[in-house]
Amino acid sequence: MNKPFIEVEHLRQYFPAGGFGKNRKYVQAVDDVSFTIAKGETLGLVGESGCGKTTTGRSMLRLYEPTGGKFTYDGETIFDVENKVYAEMLPYRKKMQIVFQDPYASLDPRMTVGDIVGEAIDVHKLAANKQERYDLIIEMLRRVGLNSEHANRYPHEFSGGQRQRVGIARALAVNPEFIVCDEPISALDVSIQAQVINMFEDLQEEMGLTYLFIAHDLSVVKHISDRIGVMYLGRMVELAESHELTEHPVHPYTKSLISAIPIADPKIAKASKRIVLEGDVPSPLNPPSGCRFRTRCPYATEKCAEEVPVWREITDGHYVACHNV
Amino acid sequence: MSKYLVDIQNERLSFFTPAGEVKALNDVSIHLEEGEVLGIVGESGSGKSVTAYSLMGLTAHPGKLLGGSLVFEDKHIENMTEKELRQIRGNDISIIFQDPMTSLNPVYTVGNQIMEAILLHTDKTKAQAKDRARELLELVGINEPDKRLKQYPHELSGGMRQRVMIAIALACEPKLLIADEPTTALDVTIQAQILELMMELKDKLGMAIIMITHDLGVVASMCDKIAVMYAGRIVEYGTTEDIFYRSSHMYTKGLIRSIPRLDTKEHERLVPIEGTPVDLLNPPAGCPFAPRCEACMKICLNQMPPKTEFDDVHYTNCWLIQKEEFEKGAQNE
Repeated sequence: MNKPFIEVEHLRQYFPAGGFGKNRKYVQAVDDVSFTIAKGETLGLVGESGCGKTTTGRSMLRLYEPTGGKFTYDGETIFDVENKVYAEMLPYRKKMQIVFQDPYASLDPRMTVGDIVGEAIDVHKLAANKQERYDLIIEMLRRVGLNSEHANRYPHEFSGGQRQRVGIARALAVNPEFIVCDEPISALDVSIQAQVINMFEDLQEEMGLTYLFIAHDLSVVKHISDRIGVMYLGRMVELAESHELTEHPVHPYTKSLISAIPIADPKIAKASKRIVLEGDVPSPLNPPSGCRFRTRCPYATEKCAEEVPVWREITDGHYVACHNV
Repeated sequence: MSKYLVDIQNERLSFFTPAGEVKALNDVSIHLEEGEVLGIVGESGSGKSVTAYSLMGLTAHPGKLLGGSLVFEDKHIENMTEKELRQIRGNDISIIFQDPMTSLNPVYTVGNQIMEAILLHTDKTKAQAKDRARELLELVGINEPDKRLKQYPHELSGGMRQRVMIAIALACEPKLLIADEPTTALDVTIQAQILELMMELKDKLGMAIIMITHDLGVVASMCDKIAVMYAGRIVEYGTTEDIFYRSSHMYTKGLIRSIPRLDTKEHERLVPIEGTPVDLLNPPAGCPFAPRCEACMKICLNQMPPKTEFDDVHYTNCWLIQKEEFEKGAQNE
């Protein structure tokens, strides 16, 4: 088998949270997460707020300094914390980009849209002269369904959906290969969401992009992803091809997540039985021992409290971490 | 006595902003029977919250009610004084807001905030109110109520806070509960808990609910009737089955088609509604949805479509349906 395009191994990201010296406490935002993404593929990452999905994406791009683990991009090591290998990031920033969740907060209100998109072109010196820079900016705006007259406007003049398009144009400006899409549609209205999802798919086809698509809405993720990983409290609990995961989920958390999605069809909705999980997600400052899901899991046994379940492959390409599977 | 608990007729409401008049509600009519669940769906800015808030006399400052009647139990809300409104708020009509963090007071304990509503509207003593507060916390499924009564909102999780909000809303056993996007800020598994709880409490207490949401999945499982709003108008109104299986307005159809579902095939293309929502400062002359509608005709751009009633409940405002009905009528003759 060829080397995967993107390979994340045992990624850990802890954030210090109070205490001194030996008593220093850490939020274990991401703990031992491993996955691969093939070229041109979309891997979806779902989970509830605080499960570490956004942190995973950001740590990969070194927007945070990872606490542990290894990330290999196209055969080259971006970081390998255990062996203290860190690559120079600037050339890789051209290949890896991110689209942020909130299009209202992620665009500088004092820059015109043209400059927002053009900034990346300047940093990476992609344009030889002003005319070339302008042409590149306009091309990017066209690609996301905006036009040249939008380049001189400011972010506040745009609607949420249009702003998100600007955010995408900015990510595309450097002609990247890999984009982390961090909840790119959750701040948008329902009727606009579908437009943006379709655009992501079109762009992928045109430019051969590879996506890590992060969202809390499983139905959106299922729609765009080839494979889906489910995270809970900093750990990956299940990963499989998207139809396999939604049709034959094996982890109790995945099952309840799927059944909790409100179905927009009254007959099916009234007939289906929800598995309602009890309680709340525990604090990542002090996660439960063993399996982190055990406090809410209806099938938890003593073993779940003692041993951390092993991440293993049960059928071809279907991974899970659970003692009871 | 009217047969409806709530009867809103032709409500018109505008916000007079420095930039001009924003027509937030145009001819909105809604009615609701006792014990019924009505869902109001629409995008942000479509007027769904404004409609519900005006029913409690909670229209924010530059907003003004311009016409129409709002009747709750044969009482006209629009003519009430502030004092009379206070008798109704939190007593007969209660509300749950979207974000439980910002709508609870951070410097008062949970117990204090629940007791406030009880002490205001009943002649219970403080000790009795406290007992009632404890009862309410148990009712909404909060463990260790005695401990929780003494806690502050920041000590609780999001789902827990929303449960406290519901407890406050239910303190005086309202006849109508308005839930303004009660689960939007919550995670799916917590959302499922809260929705389940609301339906349970509805059956137990027999109140009516107005559920405001942008999530069609939420209304499908909960509501008896649905009003679909767009740009300050109700474009379609009907039973849940009418809206999902016999929808006639192009916006409703588009909305249902555009949501990704779990049971679709991979990479099946979504059918989005093209364009962007209307600018309410300069609404178009005709149907507000016309600029985004794929079946838009000439008349749609110039004139507001009249109401087409399919039966007692189900109606829509669309020229296309008018045309179809007209053609059907012509054939029959």
